[in-house]
Parts: sequence; structure tokens; C-alpha cells
Amino acid sequence: MVGALSLPLAFFLPLLTALAVFLLRARRAPWLPLLGGAATAAAVADLIGQVAREGPQVYHLGGWAPPLGIELYADGLAALMLGMGALVALAVTAYSGAYLRGQGHDAELFWPLWLVQWAALNGAFLAADLFNLYVMLELLTLTAAPLVAMGGERAALAAALRYLLLALLGSLVYLLGVALIYGATGTLHLREAGALLGDGPAAALAAGLISAGLLVKAAVFPLHIWLMPAHSAAPAPASAALSALVAKAGAYLLLRLWLWTFPALLSVPLGWLLGGLGAAGVVYGSLQALRQTRLKPVIAYSTVAQLGYLLLLLPLATVAGAAPHAWQGAAYHALAHGLAKAAAFLAAGNVLYSLGHDRLAGLHGLTPYLSGSVLALGLAFASLMGLPPTAGFLAKWELLRGALGGGQWGWAAVIVGGGLLTAGYAFRVLAAAHAASPPGYSEIRPPRRVPPVMAWTPLLLALALYLLGLSAVPALGLLEQGAPEGLG
Amino acid sequence: MTQAALYSLVAGGLAGIAVYGLITCTHLLRRILALNLLGSAVFLLLVALARRGPQAVDPLPHAMVLTGIVIAVSATAFALALARRYHGRTGAERLPEDGA
Repeated sequence: MVGALSLPLAFFLPLLTALAVFLLRARRAPWLPLLGGAATAAAVADLIGQVAREGPQVYHLGGWAPPLGIELYADGLAALMLGMGALVALAVTAYSGAYLRGQGHDAELFWPLWLVQWAALNGAFLAADLFNLYVMLELLTLTAAPLVAMGGERAALAAALRYLLLALLGSLVYLLGVALIYGATGTLHLREAGALLGDGPAAALAAGLISAGLLVKAAVFPLHIWLMPAHSAAPAPASAALSALVAKAGAYLLLRLWLWTFPALLSVPLGWLLGGLGAAGVVYGSLQALRQTRLKPVIAYSTVAQLGYLLLLLPLATVAGAAPHAWQGAAYHALAHGLAKAAAFLAAGNVLYSLGHDRLAGLHGLTPYLSGSVLALGLAFASLMGLPPTAGFLAKWELLRGALGGGQWGWAAVIVGGGLLTAGYAFRVLAAAHAASPPGYSEIRPPRRVPPVMAWTPLLLALALYLLGLSAVPALGLLEQGAPEGLG
Repeated sequence: MTQAALYSLVAGGLAGIAVYGLITCTHLLRRILALNLLGSAVFLLLVALARRGPQAVDPLPHAMVLTGIVIAVSATAFALALARRYHGRTGAERLPEDGA
């Protein structure tokens, strides 16, 4: 279709749309964000086709080769993440117009920020050098913080400030690690630096700094403290993007850097330390989710737990029998969690929109306006628990197969236990939603009708989970393209 | 000690001061300043790295520092604007968790 250009277009189309929306004003061109989003999704689809047919794609911006030019690089993993990102981003774009209007938020502020965030996200998936990753991470932070602050009340401003300060600290610590790597190797390219770096003390220090910075971005336990207030304050579509995409990008980069740039350091004990943090996150996030009394915090703590699963790949990647399965499982988990979490947050947004609150105790005696949203919530939770035939089942199955195949019983226990805890908080929410109203109960204000586009988007995202669960062969085939050695 | 090593050590010291300040100070303005100091430490390290060898100065770290300064300025501006809005709305200079 557009040949080699679809790689840069995946980054530049949302950016140009953001500029156009900012200049034209969304009120005068309400169709523009969706049009730009559809064009971006088309570029991403074309790129996925190219990667599937021809293997990893490389593009040098402006024809300048590295080290002075900027290289974009798409392998199978990046293509899959871009595809998941495009699905979620399209859903958020379609959902936001009606939600922001109905909740009295300023859409003029939302659209440019959200579209730049999408561009930065695609840039983070495609960047091939450490410094461009820094720029993309900062862009993600600088767009996510104002989206959190959009509510404008005290809690939203405090949450945005807390997130901004922590995330800026994370980026600068990351940049300090990048400077050390450049000092040790003289290159910023992910793979070249990895080949030159070895496993000396400078490499270990750089890896530690970079990991610490990214752990903040990925909201991995115990650096997840910004996540709860930010999610409580942000509008529902911004929450969906924050959990499903922004925090996910941090975890994705953590895995990519460890597998491409620091594989020599993975053996012991840093890989195990990161895996341990992930396991602690699985347990802690799930237990906290069980204790929450409101719907959005349940889903937000579930993010802390589910992102922990991704880090389990690092200790498993060093075990010969476990690595290939764990790699497929972790990649599939990143996709499945993104779709499920976006569906869950958009469904929670519908609950907020209709009832005006999201207290679990007040969900009973569902109005017909919310039946579709609760169905979407149930379908998304089924994938988070790992029930077949969802994509989440496949992800946990492969992770578990890897852990058991490599004789790693401890990690296997975490995977199974985390699934059981997920079932605990999922059924708690669903039971609350399906309970009958107490006799004589009447709403303080009658539930509001949810516009059809808002009712359908979470449902379609949740259904995509089932399609992804049934189409494992092409997706896993795509993942082989450019997979690191020993994992493909 | 070479010049580059001296500057690298100073950068390390600055980074330590910045992180200490960020953790111990709760006033929002001081925290934003601490982040700026950390940024300066990283930039100093990069500039020192550019001058290591006997050969000509390496231009790449300079390009990185320029980009980094642009990002740091905009991030600081946004953090200050957000802190001002927060102060205007609540009269507080600290985040609620830090005893505003």
C-alpha cells in the first residue's frame, strides 16, 4: 500500500492529527480525531502485514543513518504491541467524545494531549535507540499528567503532581543509565550496545539505573504509588489509556531492554530480583484489589498485579526449557491485559456515567442501561483470570507451561495463585453487580442512559480478547519475527 | 585525575544531592528544583563523556544534552504551572500525603 512509509506514518499520523485538532479546534472538526485514528490504524495494519511477510522492518528518518540519524525498528513484538495499541486507542477515541461531553470535561484540552500520547506510545514501541526512548518516555509522562489533572479538583491536581514528580525522577534516572551505557560502549543502539556491554560493574550499574527508572513508569510494586490516585482522578478513557498502554509501555521497554541490551546480566541475581518484584506485585496488587470498595480502584490494583506477570519472563528466560514458552506467554499477556484492562476501565466509565458513582455496594439491582457494560466487565475479567478460550488463558497457560517445563515450581505457584486471587476480586465485583436491590431501595437520582457508542466500545474490546484467544497461530508466528536468540 | 573524570565525579555528587533533596524535602518548589538539579547532573556527565579521548569532541552527547534541556525546560514549566494551580486551589505547598 504505502510501502516502507507505513513505519514512520504509524508515529507521525497521530502527531499530525494532534496538531490539526489543536489548530482547527475539536468543536469545529469533531470527526478529525477519529479520522486520524483510523488512518493510524490502517498504517499499523499495513506495517503488521509487512513484518509478517518480510521480517523486521527498519526505517531511517530523513535518510540519515545512525548514530546521527534516528532509526525506527519494527519486529514481531513491536508489531503486535502496535496492533493492540491501535485497537485500544481507536476504542478510546470513539468513546471519549460522548463521555467527555456527558461528564462536563473540556474536550478541547483532551484531544491534542491524547493524540500526542498515542504518537509517543507508537514511538516507544518503534524506537531503536536508548535516547529516543528517553524522549518518548518524557512525552508519555508530559501527556499523561495533564490528562490526570483534567478534572481540575484538588485530588486530581495532587494526583497529577505526584505522578509528574515520580515519573520525571524515573526518566532522569533512566537517562543517567543511558549516559553510562554511552560512556561504556560509544553507541546508543539497543542491540549494538548490548553486544558491546558485557556484564561488568558499569553494565550492572547502568542496568540497575535504567530498570529503576522504568519500574516507576511501569507501576511495578513497590513503585506503584502514583497509580491509585491517578486512576481515581482521571477521566475513564484517560484511565484506560494509562493502564492499558502507558504503564504497559514501561513494562514492555523493561523486557525489551533486558532481553536485547542486557542479556548478559540476566542470569543471576538481577533477573531474579526483578522477577521477585513482579511476583510481589502479583500478590500485593491482587490482595489490595480484594479490599477495595469502589470499582475503579479494583481495576487499578489489578493493573499492578497483572503487570507483575510480565516481569516473570526475566527469571524464566534464563532457564533453557522454560524460555520459549515464557516468551510467548509474556508477549500474549501484554496484549491480553491491554485489551482487557481498556475494556474494564471503559465499562467502569459507563457505570460512573450512568450512576454518578462507582461504589461496589451501590451497584446492585443493575439498570438495563448497564447490562452491556457489566457483560464487557465479566468477559474482560474472564481473560484476566485466564479462563479459556480467551487470550488471557493462552498467556497464562504458556507462562505456566514454561515454568513447569523448566522445573521452576516457585514461579508456577505465583502464576496459579495470582489467577485464583484474580478470580476472587473479579467475582466480588460481578456478585455485587448482580445482587438484588434491598427492599424499599430507591436511587438518589435515576440512572442516566449510556449512549450506544459508549455501551458498545468496551463490549467490542472484550470480544477482541476472544478472537485473539482463537487466533493464536498467526499472532505467535508474527512474534517469531526478530525474536531474541533462544526465545523464538 | 583527568578533567573528564573530575566532571564525572561532580556529576555523581550532584545526582546524590538531588535525590537526597527530592526524598527529604516535601515543599513542591524544592522538589521541582531537586529534579532540575538531577537533570543538570546528567547533562554534566554527558558533556564530560564527550571530552574523554584525545581526539576531537564527540558531538552526539552534545545533541543529547540540547534535546534534554528542551525537555527539562518544558517539564519544569508544566510542573510549576501545575503546582501553582494546586496552590491556588488549596493554599497548600505540599502534597496531601506529605502533610499539607
